Amino acid sequence: MKTLRWRPVSVMMVAAFVVAGCGGGGGDSSTSSEISGRGPITFATGKDVTGAVTQAVETWNGSHPDQRVRLIELPADGDQQRQQMVQNAQTESGAFTVLDLDNVWNAEFAANRWVVELPKDEFDFSPFLESAMKTARYRDRLFSVPAYSDGGLLYYRKDLLNKVDAQPPTTRKQMREICAKVLKLPAAEGMSCYAGQHAKYEGLTVNFAEAVHGAGGQIVNDQGQPTVDSQEALRGLETMVEGFRSGIIPRAAIAYKEQPNKRAFIGGELVFSRNWPFMWSQANADDGSSKVAGKFAVAPLPGITGKGVSSLGGHNLAISSFAENKATALDFIKFYTSKKQQRQRLVKGSLAPTRSALYDDPELQRKYPYLDTLKKSIQSAEPRPRVVNYGDVTLAIQDEVYAAISGDKKPDKALNALQRRLEKLIEQK
Amino acid sequence: MSMTTDTPTNPEVDSGSPGHTPTGSRKGRRSGSVTGTARLASALVSPTLLVLAVVVMYPIIAALYQSLFVSGQRLDAQGFVVEGRQFVGLGTYADILFGPAAERFWNAFWNTTFFTVVTVALETVLGMAMALVMHQAFRGRGLVRASVLVPWAIPTAVSALLWRWIFAPDGVANAILDQQVLWSSQAFASKIAVITAEVWKTAPFVGLLVLAGLQVISREVHEAATVDGASAWRRFWHITLPLVKPALVVAVLFRMLDALRMFDLPFILIGQQKDSVETLSMLAFSEATNVHYGPAAAYATLLFAYVALIAFVFVKLLGADVIGEARSQVTKSRGARFRRGKGSAR
Repeated sequence: MKTLRWRPVSVMMVAAFVVAGCGGGGGDSSTSSEISGRGPITFATGKDVTGAVTQAVETWNGSHPDQRVRLIELPADGDQQRQQMVQNAQTESGAFTVLDLDNVWNAEFAANRWVVELPKDEFDFSPFLESAMKTARYRDRLFSVPAYSDGGLLYYRKDLLNKVDAQPPTTRKQMREICAKVLKLPAAEGMSCYAGQHAKYEGLTVNFAEAVHGAGGQIVNDQGQPTVDSQEALRGLETMVEGFRSGIIPRAAIAYKEQPNKRAFIGGELVFSRNWPFMWSQANADDGSSKVAGKFAVAPLPGITGKGVSSLGGHNLAISSFAENKATALDFIKFYTSKKQQRQRLVKGSLAPTRSALYDDPELQRKYPYLDTLKKSIQSAEPRPRVVNYGDVTLAIQDEVYAAISGDKKPDKALNALQRRLEKLIEQK
Repeated sequence: MSMTTDTPTNPEVDSGSPGHTPTGSRKGRRSGSVTGTARLASALVSPTLLVLAVVVMYPIIAALYQSLFVSGQRLDAQGFVVEGRQFVGLGTYADILFGPAAERFWNAFWNTTFFTVVTVALETVLGMAMALVMHQAFRGRGLVRASVLVPWAIPTAVSALLWRWIFAPDGVANAILDQQVLWSSQAFASKIAVITAEVWKTAPFVGLLVLAGLQVISREVHEAATVDGASAWRRFWHITLPLVKPALVVAVLFRMLDALRMFDLPFILIGQQKDSVETLSMLAFSEATNVHYGPAAAYATLLFAYVALIAFVFVKLLGADVIGEARSQVTKSRGARFRRGKGSAR
């Protein structure tokens, strides 16, 4: 039976396709950091659901026929956007000129020289929100310009709080006390007190960072050292864990991302919900899809020991190191982040601006009654850790925090483990 | 890897000789013609081997080579990542097998193995049952055959999404069970969810291959056994099963190779970074997305070695007929195949 020889070989060939997908990377880079050249460029951004981005690009193209911008829509999922942009940089492709970066990617893209340093003196950043500007710099050098901002809001059932004569809470403790009264009401039959985003994904990092900051702690301090083994951080995590243990947070919420949280709130299952501004219009829809239309309002996030601190969402624009026509790209960024354009995108796409004046515009406030609260939320918001290997850091946070809230690890053990992992991750850098 | 070095000449001798050498040839005559035949044969297949070298061997070697390096681990004084990559030899493998990454690796390793064993076992039983049903002559057989294949026809990513809705906290599964199981967060429940969806999707594949095997079994064998007074169970156990074994073994082998690479189903159904369902492919993916190409290549290489080992052992133990060897045997002597089929593993 000589043919036996062939078998392991053919088997290995079948198996080879397993690894065939892996490879690439490495290579020298011939980065040009000089900002020069004019001509057509591209703009790589997430899926333009509302058409607001397309509208901005069309406006630009109308006035710049020889420096046209082509919109490249990446998948809606943030991880996939990052992956495509990283791949683009790894192959040193000039396909993407202007990159629409989630603001937590700024450090990684800057440190790897995937994006060029931008000239500070060509911008006037005084009208911009200072918390958003923090995410644009890496080691005091400017690498991106904030184009959108985002902050968490505490949605609450105004109707129920009125019945017990309560004001929106500023601390978690007050929130628990209000819940104790509200949940006794016949109208609150079967409801739960509170939910945020606790599934094991980026949203958990966001919610954990808010708990730590709200207790006066920090995940990574100003010198870039991890500090999650502090008493404050422990207090923050214990509040999350205690929420699940006491049933203030419903059991199902451990699988909540933004959408399931929204479904629970607009289905009338929650008294309080931590979510982003996008939920406002859907919760207020009067077509019968929401049970809480007209019955809710928003407040800044409650704190734990101090005042509440939101995690800062938002996107910044940067210029790829490997693209041509960088001067056009810089002009386009200035145009895109201008007051007029940000206002238009807020009106058409409900995309929160990075210029503080727009939050005070009475006309916009009528259209978006949450703007004032959102401004407060963003002004006091803290960015998530600004580290080069953010991808590794957020995964470590999700691992340990999830183990704690699902009851597999004691909070102090989880934080000790997290501290060690972060030290190792950040020390390598 | 060393096994592949002698491929260019030997297979040609084996596969080429039955056609050219008259049966019952003596040893001396054979060796005289073999050198010429072998040379011609290797010249004829060399384009194929070249293509295989480019699309199969190169990626394997490139991945292996890449796994010996790490990159992007250090920053210079201005905070920029130091470019280029450092050679670390087998350091990445040591980290994975015994070092800081060991816990995650072995967890993924056992998950992969567990999913493979459980899903393939269930699929084999269900697939067999499906094939037996589809093999019967009854009204609406065509409809049953077509509908059984529907799960197999749906792309895995789409079926994973369907099952994710079913297993959502407020989904159908909980409504039917009348309980609040958190399928995506409870360790054991999420394993069950993945196994259910995987078996649902791939049992029809086994069923289809087994059905093909059933259809070549001659009716006379069954009739003879019935005349001899064998019960239905005895006929299944002593006639159907041994005769369908070649097809069944190939189906199981393919399913095993597929299940060992399992990625999209747990990734979409349960999510990334879930210890309870993380497989080796997901580990490699997760490292690659975080721009750790060295460790990603190392995980992929380890998975490759594991798949190759399992496949090799499987072929050795059960004699899976992957390359259609039985067909060439059949042309030689049809009866011999049936005799062998009835006996134990060759």
